[in-house]
Amino acid sequence: MAVNSVRVAAEPVRSAPGVWALLDRERFLGPAFVTPAMLLILLLVAYPFCMALYFAMSNAFIGRPSQFVGLRNFVSLWDADSFRQTFQNAFVFTGIAVAFKLVMGMVLALLLNETLWFKRMIRGMVLLPWVIPTALSTLGWWWMFNSLYSVVNWTGIALGVMDPPGPNWLGQKYYAMAAVITVNVWRGLPFFAITILAGLVAIPKELYEAAEADGAGPVARFWNVTLPLLKPVMAIVILFSTIFTFSDFNIVYVLTHGGPINSTHLFATLARQIGLESGQIGQGAAISLYLFPVLVFVVWVQLRFVRKQAY
Amino acid sequence: MTVKRRPLLKKTLLHLGLLPFLIFAVFPFYHMTLTSLKTDRELYDRHAVPLVIKHGATLDHYKKLIMETGFLTWTKNSLLVTTLATTVSVFIGTIAAYALARLKFFGVGPFGTGIFVTYLVPTSLLFLPLAQVVHWLGLADSKWALVVTYPTFLVPFTTWLLMGYFRTVPKEVEECAMVDGATRVQALLRIVLPIAIPGLVCAVLFAFTLSWNEFIYALTFTSSSEEITASVGVTSELIRGDIYFWGGLMAGAVLASVPIVLLYVFFLDYYVSGLTAGAVK
Repeated sequence: MAVNSVRVAAEPVRSAPGVWALLDRERFLGPAFVTPAMLLILLLVAYPFCMALYFAMSNAFIGRPSQFVGLRNFVSLWDADSFRQTFQNAFVFTGIAVAFKLVMGMVLALLLNETLWFKRMIRGMVLLPWVIPTALSTLGWWWMFNSLYSVVNWTGIALGVMDPPGPNWLGQKYYAMAAVITVNVWRGLPFFAITILAGLVAIPKELYEAAEADGAGPVARFWNVTLPLLKPVMAIVILFSTIFTFSDFNIVYVLTHGGPINSTHLFATLARQIGLESGQIGQGAAISLYLFPVLVFVVWVQLRFVRKQAY
Repeated sequence: MTVKRRPLLKKTLLHLGLLPFLIFAVFPFYHMTLTSLKTDRELYDRHAVPLVIKHGATLDHYKKLIMETGFLTWTKNSLLVTTLATTVSVFIGTIAAYALARLKFFGVGPFGTGIFVTYLVPTSLLFLPLAQVVHWLGLADSKWALVVTYPTFLVPFTTWLLMGYFRTVPKEVEECAMVDGATRVQALLRIVLPIAIPGLVCAVLFAFTLSWNEFIYALTFTSSSEEITASVGVTSELIRGDIYFWGGLMAGAVLASVPIVLLYVFFLDYYVSGLTAGAVK
């Protein structure tokens, strides 16, 4: 194929000399086309990443020359309660949020896959939380969890599920974590539902007909046909969501600022607090870099297993 | 009779099952809008029903927002940053995606992997060192810092998205044009891009949405009222010392979401296809 297209492309070269002729050869056009993207990635992604490594291994402080301290930052972080708490929070937050999104997303996708009235409108409503700026919609949730005027508590009390005055959502440890997870699930659910739905639509109808002919009921069809065939899609969704949930910043920053007493801090929000608000860039960069192993793991799984299957 | 009724019953149950999900998805927006339209007296009446407006709607909070705060400046900043970052990123992404999908050259494989890896890098990993880079570039506390840094997550995304679309354009169409004497660049401009227009629309929409919604870079790289974007302005400048700021805050949150909601209503199908393309392709 390559030989073929080069020969075809080489034809008009003789009649069009100069830069354009050069650009007509794949060997030159390819690099020319990827150069802007490559420069961008080198200068504003790869280089800052190296800087992050350097900062993390120095005692950098805003407005002060820094010295190399090796891995001391990464180790000394474990002495701080705030970091140990954050480390635990990150796993609790990600684990629970991704599990909820997966189960609810699956149910929602199965419902959406049926023939519905107002199909477009329903899809539009389902996707809405994903489209609106997270920082702004989280402000809405902040108001819904307000200690005096919480509409969540009002509804709970009106329905008789809660005792007045209801929980102080953002002021108590576990409730605050529950609130942060709720908003993350709310915001991430559309991605799960719509992607799993795309996977469902792609399953050939004949498989279900064959299973039904063999006497499989709806539950058996789900376990033996739907789930196995959805595995690749679910793997990708879970991997993507894990990275972006683990590294979440907006929701926690707006809703709780990491409080009460660090009980909802995630790596990103703690990194900002230590690195910018208290000026210890070295420590802050080290906290950010704790996100990196997760990123590496997800990338490795994707490249090793998932992408292989796709091609 | 029963035979006819069964499917209808099933369908009704199905919709009832969807109802909790729909309420969960939409209620926060309903409540935000409602709050922004209430008079302060009703808003802070602890005995009032919070789910409806009983004592008349008012646009006071919106008037105050526009007349007395920097909201219009922030929105203008958001529009400028978003438009420029989107334009630049879609251009860079388009040519890179074409090269990756169609051309064979030295390093194409590693570069494709590099784009994919960059696509997965969360913005919260690099904001600290990037703040330093922005400072060196002389762009500290300037909206131009955002125009420069937003392409770092927009370009990998648009490249990845468009690669999928370019792969669906049959190679033969392009080769025919080149046999007829068109150069490769001409073939790209006149044949491939017109076929890939749905993909381009999708890329523009997503790039616009992602940069309009971006928060952590905007919060870190800009701070003065003349330079911040709408999301940052609303979250940081509308929260006042006393506790009675909620009407104005919700008005700001609603109004700053309007551009995205408008795009969304008109291009819903593109959003659906783009969302799945990003992950599934």
